[in-house]
Amino acid sequence: MNQRITIVGAGIVGAACARALVRAGARVTVVEATFPGCGATAAGMGHVVVMDDSPAQLALTTRSRDLWHALAEELPAEAEWRRTGTVWVAADDDELAEATRKHELLAAAGVASRRLDAAALAAAEPNLRPGLAGGLLVPDDGVVYPPPVAAWLLTDAIRGGARVIRTAAVVSVAGDDLAPGCVRLADGRTLPGDAVVIAAGTATPQLVPGVPLRPRKGHLVITDRVPGFATHQLIELGYVKRAHDVGTDSVAFNVQPRATGQLLVGSSRQVDDDTRDIDAAMLERMIERCVGYMPGLARVSALRTWTGLRAATPDGLPLVGPWGAMPGVWLATGHEGLGITTSLGTAELVAHGLCGTPTALDPLPFLPARCGLPEVVSHG
Amino acid sequence: MAERATNAAQAPVRLTVDGVVVEAAAGTSVAAAILNRGGAAAWHVRRSVSGSARGPLCGMGICFECRATVDGLPHVKTCQLPVRPGMEVRTDG
Amino acid sequence: MAEQRTPAATDVLVIGAGPAGIAAACTAAEAGLRVDVIDDNPAAGGQIWRGGAPQATAWLDRLARSGASLHPATSVIDVVPREAGPPAVITRAADVSVWQARTIVLATGARERFLPFPGWTLPGVVGAGGLQALVKQGLEVRGRRIVIAGTGPLLLAVAELLVARGATVVAVAEQARLSRLIRFAAALVGHPAKLVQAAGIRRAIGPVLRTGTFPLAVRPEGDAVVVTLASGPSGRERRDDIPCDVVACGFGLVPNVEIARALGCDVHAGGITVDGFGATTVSGVVAAGECTGVGGVDKSLVEGRIAGLVAAGRRDQAGPMVREQRRWRRFAAALDEAFALDRRLAGLATADTVFCRCEDVVAGRLACHRSWREAKLMTRIGMGPCQGRVCGPAAETLFGWSPEDVRPPFSPVPLGDLS
Repeated sequence: MNQRITIVGAGIVGAACARALVRAGARVTVVEATFPGCGATAAGMGHVVVMDDSPAQLALTTRSRDLWHALAEELPAEAEWRRTGTVWVAADDDELAEATRKHELLAAAGVASRRLDAAALAAAEPNLRPGLAGGLLVPDDGVVYPPPVAAWLLTDAIRGGARVIRTAAVVSVAGDDLAPGCVRLADGRTLPGDAVVIAAGTATPQLVPGVPLRPRKGHLVITDRVPGFATHQLIELGYVKRAHDVGTDSVAFNVQPRATGQLLVGSSRQVDDDTRDIDAAMLERMIERCVGYMPGLARVSALRTWTGLRAATPDGLPLVGPWGAMPGVWLATGHEGLGITTSLGTAELVAHGLCGTPTALDPLPFLPARCGLPEVVSHG
Repeated sequence: MAERATNAAQAPVRLTVDGVVVEAAAGTSVAAAILNRGGAAAWHVRRSVSGSARGPLCGMGICFECRATVDGLPHVKTCQLPVRPGMEVRTDG
Repeated sequence: MAEQRTPAATDVLVIGAGPAGIAAACTAAEAGLRVDVIDDNPAAGGQIWRGGAPQATAWLDRLARSGASLHPATSVIDVVPREAGPPAVITRAADVSVWQARTIVLATGARERFLPFPGWTLPGVVGAGGLQALVKQGLEVRGRRIVIAGTGPLLLAVAELLVARGATVVAVAEQARLSRLIRFAAALVGHPAKLVQAAGIRRAIGPVLRTGTFPLAVRPEGDAVVVTLASGPSGRERRDDIPCDVVACGFGLVPNVEIARALGCDVHAGGITVDGFGATTVSGVVAAGECTGVGGVDKSLVEGRIAGLVAAGRRDQAGPMVREQRRWRRFAAALDEAFALDRRLAGLATADTVFCRCEDVVAGRLACHRSWREAKLMTRIGMGPCQGRVCGPAAETLFGWSPEDVRPPFSPVPLGDLS
């Protein structure tokens, strides 16, 4: 299998695809506009988590998490991989019922979890406020610091023969003057190839007009060291309800302890704001929500705030597969808040689709064609 | 030592550093009071993120290496904090 | 909780209560304007006037009489663009305030440049200006053996202070070669007061001053340390091990331009970009003092007065001062040239010398990266509380990387203050 494949974007998804495609026997070139891992890859929390918003999401995150576990021993120290586990927090009985539903769903998928009553929750995370109903512990979820992982995946691909072109912007992946599978760079060069995989996150619409992606801005805060303040990644069970509606702005309690004892505090979602500026009002709402769950946070020192842009699709599933309107063009994008987790599963799907390597994942739910898009998109 | 910041006319301030009572002239910074205990060990005020001993570097609130726990509050910059009577300072040394 | 932010309005918000800020505040307040001065130290004076000095006392008394309001122990944590006028400035003291001013005067001063070398993170290795600041804050140094190293007139000023406080200054290691210093001394002829000051310092320090000398390493030894100094031509340096109690080491001064950048002002390598009247590239924001270029207290005072006049709409009265200021800017340029860093200083760190003190990133991890941002994302340098204020200038010297903007909060605040 000696396909020449060009990957656009060296974030964690592009880097994972490069590694998987090289291992599948392809000749890979990665083109990166600035440097590897500098976009959404660097901005998020690095939570490796099983999510069950839909059966397809459950399958993709479960398989991806397994791949992370398999990779864990090889990852460099800078990746800071830790199996912290996730505690989903139930504020009331409704959410506790949701925890039970989740527990059963995960069990059916072979994912271990343990329900926590109010006392067990308090014992697991003493800094949560009293009066919460309980929660669900998913012990095999983990956290990682993504940029060095992207760099490491890319290095692995290079060792397998991949070429990486840095500081080079791709300006076109289709057109009358471009054969399918070729890309044109900003400096005028044309890279020949048999297929293009676009892993460019929120920059994808610039290359693929009509692709159903919208930026969803998130805020994060990192604190000074408070060792032992939290042990697991903590998320409110209301997260799914809150994050689900792509059309509205929302905040949700989401806190991660780093190995240093610092906390990452999130999360927020704002639709269609593609600036990286801090939105003070959103930041306030987000912090207030988190302080509501962990009152002690109010006294913890915040060192720095920043934003990132998630690439969001209408149905919350990534776009992985051929883009019908452009022969030779594949997408590997639209991962919203699950890009770190599902980078590895996405890479497996891409290698399967392009090179026929095995996967237990069903590619159908992720095909871009599912969106019911017209085959030919006219644009002005 | 008579000068503006350490006014000899005011009574010295008594505070505790790591459980030991020390006296400092009014206007002395907590950092200076910590270091005035004397000896090389006094300069060991905190530990870095990987556990190395650290002490004050810039003296002007920029380097964050002078931080100690003051009256129960962690990560307080001591070079920009004048001593107060009864203050309890805990270093990581 | 946003209601807990106190709105505050003023005519002139002066950021920094060192000589430049004090001069600006006095000038503007005496012209009848409402002036508020903020500084993150517990007292006014900045660095050079810390703890009192005759010149300082006169200006501080003047400030007290001028009607300007001083807000010590107050940090700037963010800026917010406004529709009209310069951005609002968010500060934190006991509470969070939102300042709206017609004019912002940036008098943010300068900080030391630290360069990594083996042992520089040991307790007892401190900045030169850092030791000066600590002594002025009450650190006792009587009987202590101290080696001062690095570059700049600051080293001699620190030595003079230490000697006055009863310390034993064992050596002052200035990396600039004697020929450079002599040329610089010749430039002082145009500034007689400085010449007198230099002569006085030379009398006190002369015997222990070593030029063309720089620190190689520090190691602990018993209850003290040993610093290795090197001098001489490249490749044939003579080494000297000197036991002492404290090593005070600083490699020049770096202007504090972080707030200027956050306000959108242009900056260059030497400081905030300003015209002859201190105007920055952002309307309503003027700058004065070391933050526009390191040039000493005289430059700070004249630029502060000019900024105060500009804020008061009395730019036309600034003429004589602008001429004086040009002299001091020339002096600043001479300083820059005389004390330019020897290339060898960029090579003192070994692979396992700590480079970023906040995140404990060693120097060996950095050379493979091509920009500050890339190094930051890959190794986490600059992601600690100092946000690169310590290791950023070192990164510029060692790798030629340009720094990135500091993110809000510019100084750590409890999460409750952000909500």
